[in-house]
Amino acid sequence: MSYDNELYQQVILDHNRKPRNFHIIENASHNCHGVNPLCGDDITVYLNVDEQAGKIDEVSFQGSGCAISKASTSLMTVFLKGKLVEDARKVKDEFHKMILGEMDPEKEEHHLGKLTLFMGIREYPSRTKCASLAWHTLVGALDKKFDGISTE
Amino acid sequence: MSESITSVADNILNVENIRKDFPILTQTVRGKPLIYLDNAATTHKPNSVIERVRKFDAEEYGTVRRGAYKLSEKATQLYEESRQKVADFMGAEKKSEIVFTSGTTQAINLVANSFGKRFVNAGDEIIISNIEHHANTVPWQVLCEERGAKLKVIPVNDAGELMIEEYEKLLSSKTRMVAINQVSNALGTINPVKKITEKAHAVGAKVLVDGAQSIPHMKVDVQDIDCDFYTFSGHKMYAPSGIGGVYGKMGLWEELPPYVTGGDMIMQVTLEKTTYAKPPARFEAGTPPITQVIGLGAAIDYLNEIGLDKIADYENTLLEYGTRLFNDIEGVRIIGNAQHKASIISFYIEAAHPHDVVTLLDQDGISCRGGHHCAQPTMIRYGVPATTRASMAFYNKPEELDALAESVKKCIRFFSV
Repeated sequence: MSYDNELYQQVILDHNRKPRNFHIIENASHNCHGVNPLCGDDITVYLNVDEQAGKIDEVSFQGSGCAISKASTSLMTVFLKGKLVEDARKVKDEFHKMILGEMDPEKEEHHLGKLTLFMGIREYPSRTKCASLAWHTLVGALDKKFDGISTE
Repeated sequence: MSESITSVADNILNVENIRKDFPILTQTVRGKPLIYLDNAATTHKPNSVIERVRKFDAEEYGTVRRGAYKLSEKATQLYEESRQKVADFMGAEKKSEIVFTSGTTQAINLVANSFGKRFVNAGDEIIISNIEHHANTVPWQVLCEERGAKLKVIPVNDAGELMIEEYEKLLSSKTRMVAINQVSNALGTINPVKKITEKAHAVGAKVLVDGAQSIPHMKVDVQDIDCDFYTFSGHKMYAPSGIGGVYGKMGLWEELPPYVTGGDMIMQVTLEKTTYAKPPARFEAGTPPITQVIGLGAAIDYLNEIGLDKIADYENTLLEYGTRLFNDIEGVRIIGNAQHKASIISFYIEAAHPHDVVTLLDQDGISCRGGHHCAQPTMIRYGVPATTRASMAFYNKPEELDALAESVKKCIRFFSV
């Protein structure tokens, strides 16, 4: 009964069932609401950023959506904790290139760590936005986009 | 699969023969035979349409309505023959009552704009329902905003049926237009458009019926419904995309100003003033999608050959069979259980989001739609973010529904572990 695909790996299914950092941070220094209007994925990302050190101290999220969007956001929060803002933005770009198939993490240098789990998305162009919503929303939070962001 | 369903279906039409007419259905997806169940989104084309379009482009193509030479005259004649086919297909009195548009969306925008400009003023009211496609919601919302009119919404019961007694309460002398689909794209509900029209006319309101989901699946007679406008899309009735249209009663068309302006829709243009052509030309500015119109005519010939009554009977058999299969799957909730339904099964699985469901169905070669189906108010009404939708056509087989049910069960197990 298994499926022959790289998309729904065990780790992704696990983060979908038990999303990590799945709560609101009260009085967060940054937050942003992100939606995929075409499919209805809807998340809010919360951050506490140490402005002086340029470091992400705390990160969490809330929301609803498909397994890919939920797992992607959950894994992003785990990845980001303690990272420099500058590095987070770099990884966002690498992540994006990977899921669009523009960068092959098996052949090129990268800083994605565990996030290469989402490499399989490149075979499913209609699901790219499910995986990237978390990262667009992160950047929206860092850039203080108070109106929220949309992938369309 | 039960033998009886196959024999019941076989008695109505020979699906294996039908499938030979649709070359796209023979392909495989990810190594599995394609099972195409997204017919409410768009349908595939039979060989006769593909070949007619090829022949027209290769041998007969020319501009319409203006060239005084052989190619153009012939193309114009074929173009107008297609208009006649559309008129006959939906029971219009005259072919000039059919205006070609790019599809239903543009058709409803045309009516909302032209009718709105002429007849809708501050304080007036427009009625739609809670189960409309965005194409039959947003144009009316925009019109109401622009004109200071009010949008009223007919509620639906839990089964997905319009609450007619509530509709009657919404009607008044302020009602200018009732815009309603004949079949809901998200739920499959068949709405009682004849009754709705009669009640609207009793208060002096006009009626637009969105027929995008009904015209490929049931016999339509606009004069029997007595609606004032009826819109449709070619690509949902086995014709090319980019063509559709709207039927309107001639008396009403004549009173309406144009929506899009430019060439071909004029009587005379001076730099000071333009007078407009008669309908339908008044509403068909610019060079139309000529080849697509010819393809639409060929699709109508094909449907007539099989017969809409047979198509409706066969698809109804598929719907009943599919509904039985789905009712037996634990963890599946069918959204939309109207007594009168077209061949659409919209369902929700607690264990998995519809987008994950359709990705996994696709692994088994099955094309279904997962999403809000451009009907977000409908999703809100039933408390789901989205649904998975299987929409059937007369080229689908009962075995394909067995495969769908098995694939859905597999998907539930996958996400429940």
